[in-house]
Amino acid sequence: MKILVVAEHDNSTLKGSTNSTIAAAKEIGSDISVLVVGNSCSSVATEVASLDGVTNVMLAEDEIYSNFLAEDLAKLVESVSDEYEYILAPATTFGKNFLPRVSALLDSQQISEITEVVSSDTFKRPIYAGSCIATVKSLETKKIISVRSTAFDGVVVGPSEAPISNVASLDSLNISSFVNEDLAVSDRPELTAADIVVSGGRGMQSGDNFHLLDSIADKLGAAVGASRAAVDAGFVPNDYQVGQTGKIVAPDLYIAVGISGAIQHLAGMKDSKVIVAINKDEDAPIFQVADYGLVADLFEALPELDSKL
Amino acid sequence: MKILVPIKRVVDYNVKVRPLSDQSNVDLNNVKMSVNPFCEIALEEAVRLKESGAATEVIAVTVGKQASQEQLRTALALGADRAILVESDTLAEPLVIAKALAKICEDEKPHLIILGKQAIDGDNNQTGQMLSALMGYSQATNASEIKLSADSADVTREIDGGLQTIKISLPAIVTTDLRLNEPRYASLPNIMKAKKKELNIINLSEMGFDTSIRTELLSVELPPQRAAGVIVESVDELIDKLKNEAKVIS
Ligand SMILES: Cc1cc2nc3c(=O)[nH]c(=O)nc-3n(C[C@H](O)[C@H](O)[C@H](O)COP(=O)(O)OP(=O)(O)OC[C@H]3O[C@@H](n4cnc5c(N)ncnc54)[C@H](O)[C@@H]3O)c2cc1C
Ligand SMILES: Nc1ncnc2c1ncn2[C@@H]1O[C@H](COP(=O)(O)O)[C@@H](O)[C@H]1O
Repeated sequence: MKILVVAEHDNSTLKGSTNSTIAAAKEIGSDISVLVVGNSCSSVATEVASLDGVTNVMLAEDEIYSNFLAEDLAKLVESVSDEYEYILAPATTFGKNFLPRVSALLDSQQISEITEVVSSDTFKRPIYAGSCIATVKSLETKKIISVRSTAFDGVVVGPSEAPISNVASLDSLNISSFVNEDLAVSDRPELTAADIVVSGGRGMQSGDNFHLLDSIADKLGAAVGASRAAVDAGFVPNDYQVGQTGKIVAPDLYIAVGISGAIQHLAGMKDSKVIVAINKDEDAPIFQVADYGLVADLFEALPELDSKL
Repeated sequence: MKILVPIKRVVDYNVKVRPLSDQSNVDLNNVKMSVNPFCEIALEEAVRLKESGAATEVIAVTVGKQASQEQLRTALALGADRAILVESDTLAEPLVIAKALAKICEDEKPHLIILGKQAIDGDNNQTGQMLSALMGYSQATNASEIKLSADSADVTREIDGGLQTIKISLPAIVTTDLRLNEPRYASLPNIMKAKKKELNIINLSEMGFDTSIRTELLSVELPPQRAAGVIVESVDELIDKLKNEAKVIS
């Protein structure tokens, strides 16, 4: 069973989502090629080559791939797809953007965001914002699958180095172009990779009040997240959003502050190991999933927590 | 400029969906159905583009059972000019839906197609990208802002690390994220007017491509339930539990 994994990276470092996708691939089979597409990204290919389970690395470098525009990326993946029975990519905004295009180009119905490999053709995936888990069997000969990173422990460096070969780039379709990017810069760990996440909701009342969370996050080495209500209200930027339509996180500890616990929010964090909820409403649904609940006004509880940590 | 808005009839986002007792599927008996929230946002954006003079016609389309006419009427009440139902007795998978939408695109030749980024039933996040690939059109997914000009659009996309702006040439596919706009409610007079708007029905099976199922649903179950937690009385107790019981902080 030949498997192709499309790597996610930023042209200099590999994203952890790739390690998780390779881990999922390992549960399907042992012949795993990883395609690294980007611009001046040979260091990423070297990094991938050292990972456990990787048998072969393909590198395609070209200016047109600098920003991973979906049209050109999908076309390239299609061009190398012939010999593979599986094509996997992380179910991040990177993977979601191009993988369904590959699926259409190859006329194979994709399976999105798997959380478990049951057998080589059967997978589990959450549906209805994680209210239910579906077990689905793909009838396709070429299976196209996106992988939820938090559901698979990423592979680490393995015993041997895989060989790296070059893949020719293709002409750009020239129908879309990159204008600019406004990426968050933070000294804190990335939300989806952090061991501890401290999230604030509408109860925080303002963006300024998020400093109450920042200070605690810094003491705990945690990332800061938010509910959609907090993002919508403009308290914090969009990349903070945890939930069905935001980021999926599963840290060792998730602290939800002033968040009611709507199903769409729970969809993004209920697989965390330990959940703490701080809310002044004892009936808030978040307490139903919390291991430890503190019924309190956050404006009193947070400063106290901060001073005692 | 013509805008096509594919919408989907889904379980209302407030409904907590459960498996059937035999776990063969989800239980959709007597649950409230609505327009998928991301499709409402797509429609709102199209209607605003028409109101601003940038677009001339907004067409809502859905692939679904006869009952989906209800959601098309909602779309007409919200400002779509006409609607198309591609009728199918079974729930089609994204690739089949994308192929049906591609046929509609070939007939209607829209300049812009705005879809939701995902349908909140299957959470697939596939259809727009597939349609874009089938048509060879450019795409911008997860849009939080669309600036339209005559032959291109600058679209700001919500990506994991923040925001990205790309320029796409028309015809193009855009999929919507939550912050693109806040959809309006349909007014009573508009609901009345919508009843008289044109709604055409085409049969999926007559579109001339294979619509057979490619993914088999074996079972649906509840996710693992979390064990009941405890309410702590104070911040001190919370810190103590996290340090000594859960051992997640030191
Ligand atoms: C299609 C769709 C997708 C969605 N996707 C997401 C998603 O990805 N992520 C997401 O989070 N939401 C999502 N939502 C929105 C979701 O339904 C909820 O509206 C949202 O999660 C609510 O955010 P909240 O809990 O911060 O706000 P609220 O529900 O307003 O809760 C605020 C909480 O703060 C508490 N509080 C207030 N003041 C204090 C205080 N001083 N001290 C302590 N507690 C206080 C209140 O008791 C309340 O429980 C989505 C919705 C839709 C329709
Ligand atoms: N049956 C359908 N009919 C029309 N449009 C659909 C249908 N299913 C999905 N779509 C469109 O595709 C988007 C993404 O759906 P999905 O790929 O299923 O997550 C939706 O928000 C709709 O705009």
